[in-house]
Amino acid sequence: MQAAILEGGFVEAPIDSARAFRQIMTAMAQPGTINEVTGALPPAPLSIAAGVVLLTMCDPETPVFLTPKFDTDEVRAWITFHTGAPFTAANNAAFAVGAWGDLPLNEFSIGSSEYPDRSATLIVETDHLSVTGATLRGPGIKDTATLSLPDAQAFQNNALLFPLGLDFIFTCQSDLAALPRTTKVS
Amino acid sequence: MTRENDPNAARKTWMSLLAKSDAGVLSQIWDKADIAPDFRFLRAPEIGGVMVRGRAGAVGAAFNLGEMTVTRCSVTLSGGAVGHAYVQGRDKKKAEVAAQIDALMQTDLAAQVEAAVLAPLRKIAETAKRTRAAKAAATKVDFFTMVRGED
Amino acid sequence: MYVAVKGGEKAIDNAHAWLAEERRGGTSVTELSVAQIREQLALAVNRVMAEGSLFDPDLAALAIKQSRGDLIEAIFLIRAYRTTLPRFGGSEPVDTEKMACDRRVSATFKDAPGGQVLGPTFDYTHRLLDFKLAADGEAPQAPMTDAPPAETPHIMSFLDRENLIQNEPAGPEVPDDLTRAPLELPASRALRLQALTRGDEGFILGMAYSTQRGYARNHAFVAELRIGAVPVEMDIPELGFAVDIGEVTLTECETVNQFQGSKTEPPQFTRGYGLVFGMTERKAISMALVDRALRWKELGEDNVGAPAQDEEFVLYHADNIQATGFLEHIKLPHYVDFQSELELIRKLRREAQAMQEAAE
Repeated sequence: MQAAILEGGFVEAPIDSARAFRQIMTAMAQPGTINEVTGALPPAPLSIAAGVVLLTMCDPETPVFLTPKFDTDEVRAWITFHTGAPFTAANNAAFAVGAWGDLPLNEFSIGSSEYPDRSATLIVETDHLSVTGATLRGPGIKDTATLSLPDAQAFQNNALLFPLGLDFIFTCQSDLAALPRTTKVS
Repeated sequence: MTRENDPNAARKTWMSLLAKSDAGVLSQIWDKADIAPDFRFLRAPEIGGVMVRGRAGAVGAAFNLGEMTVTRCSVTLSGGAVGHAYVQGRDKKKAEVAAQIDALMQTDLAAQVEAAVLAPLRKIAETAKRTRAAKAAATKVDFFTMVRGED
Repeated sequence: MYVAVKGGEKAIDNAHAWLAEERRGGTSVTELSVAQIREQLALAVNRVMAEGSLFDPDLAALAIKQSRGDLIEAIFLIRAYRTTLPRFGGSEPVDTEKMACDRRVSATFKDAPGGQVLGPTFDYTHRLLDFKLAADGEAPQAPMTDAPPAETPHIMSFLDRENLIQNEPAGPEVPDDLTRAPLELPASRALRLQALTRGDEGFILGMAYSTQRGYARNHAFVAELRIGAVPVEMDIPELGFAVDIGEVTLTECETVNQFQGSKTEPPQFTRGYGLVFGMTERKAISMALVDRALRWKELGEDNVGAPAQDEEFVLYHADNIQATGFLEHIKLPHYVDFQSELELIRKLRREAQAMQEAAE
């Protein structure tokens, strides 16, 4: 195995992952804000932010789905070495990575009424992320916020499923923003 | 897969030996061998747990028995060889040394490491195992029938 | 009525300081080292590992020292520590057939291949206090017999070959895990076994004893009891193959029970299973008996209403950390709850008195 593939993980895992977790949690708690994260140098085409989310959130008990563009030997080896997460089809995934158009939204688990948390979190890789665009309302947002979303209808449909549904993390280079199922998009 | 055609058999054997070795003993043998290479961490030593599983009735469905402590570490040598370690217990030095040994065993220094580190470790493990088996054997029951009843 | 209470920090600090002093005991006596506990109180260490659900003799010994020998407190410390560890993965199921046996006995077959090996057992001791141990300095040596390494096949496999024993069904590769998902009933056998192996020894023993005394009567024979070390193998994802990551000492007990047959099963022997960390013989036998009693449904037996057949009763009360946590919390301040009770009793008393006076 090439050493290069195995580099780019957290240097101080406990500290780096705690810091990243805080950033990811803040993004989830305040939809429409963009947070910069550091600490991961994953192989292309994974962004730094997607790498940080995977390192922080995944372990052997969180199956990961990769869309074909991200499903490379290098990406697999990197995720395996640093997180131990197994790879899976979309319907069994706890986390998924892909560009917006490539993610099969209807196949992911939205949880059950006993366990709404047993749903998928999608890491959506984007070329552009800014605080302009669709209007967001809901928990964690004072009045309204705006965020560059790749779609509106899909997120409106998802919010209707509450308390079930998917959660989204948008990543662009080292920036990330989040859209939980509680947010209303218009 | 049988041992003969398993390409990883040799590596499995030395990694398993290192995992089960006593941290103090390994450290002593390693320091004495004086072959510490230049290396970089791919993953600094990390303490964690592994869920140990058993089988219902020894042959049936798997179940979770409880966890054990394990420390893992990965290194790369300046020559590019990559070494991994998953070793029992919470001794970071043990994991670090085991990863270096795993890497060195993939280089030209393999024979030297085998002679200076692995062979003595193996001997210690075998002696300990044999001693325990001999104590157990001494408590084996020899039955002899004194009187056989008729009813 | 809500009563806000604050204070006591100084008292708590001082209580902890006194606890530390009492833990150390008289300073004219040498301090106990963790290594001494690990080596010389090994069976206490084993119990803490089994019920703490973490195999690490040094940590268990430290917990015993810290808890002043209160084993449930020590188990609590281990459980708390365990939750801080990242989980690297799950092992392959251990192969107990390959166990390097320190002890291996069968109550069903005298001449089992591999023989009857007594090991370091209390069984034939006279249970008389040995005052020689009060004087120190002895380091006894066990006799040794050189013997070629012998295979010790499971005794159950002989009954299995004759088809006289019930088959053990296969299950999912990754079993349900009590430490990851809340317990839901009915529980799979995997969950029951996990709950039993980490359950309180006293509770499991009591439940097992109840089955022997006639509550869900199952006359069990110990087909085999073995204690020894087995390697633990785990698949390493970055390597793509499995290696031994260590070795654990286990006690395994397989019981065989006569079974008259049921609506669904022919007459045959049935099995109960115990597998526990460390040298923990009493616990492993108890576990096998309770496991067998809990299997009434899958074997098509009658539920005779015995406590050991009641999965909810057994599984919800086996864990001594859950039990002690709930039990001991009632000694902590309940000032507000009690105030309302007090108010209620006073009110009822007033009303009763008023009624009595009205009647007179």
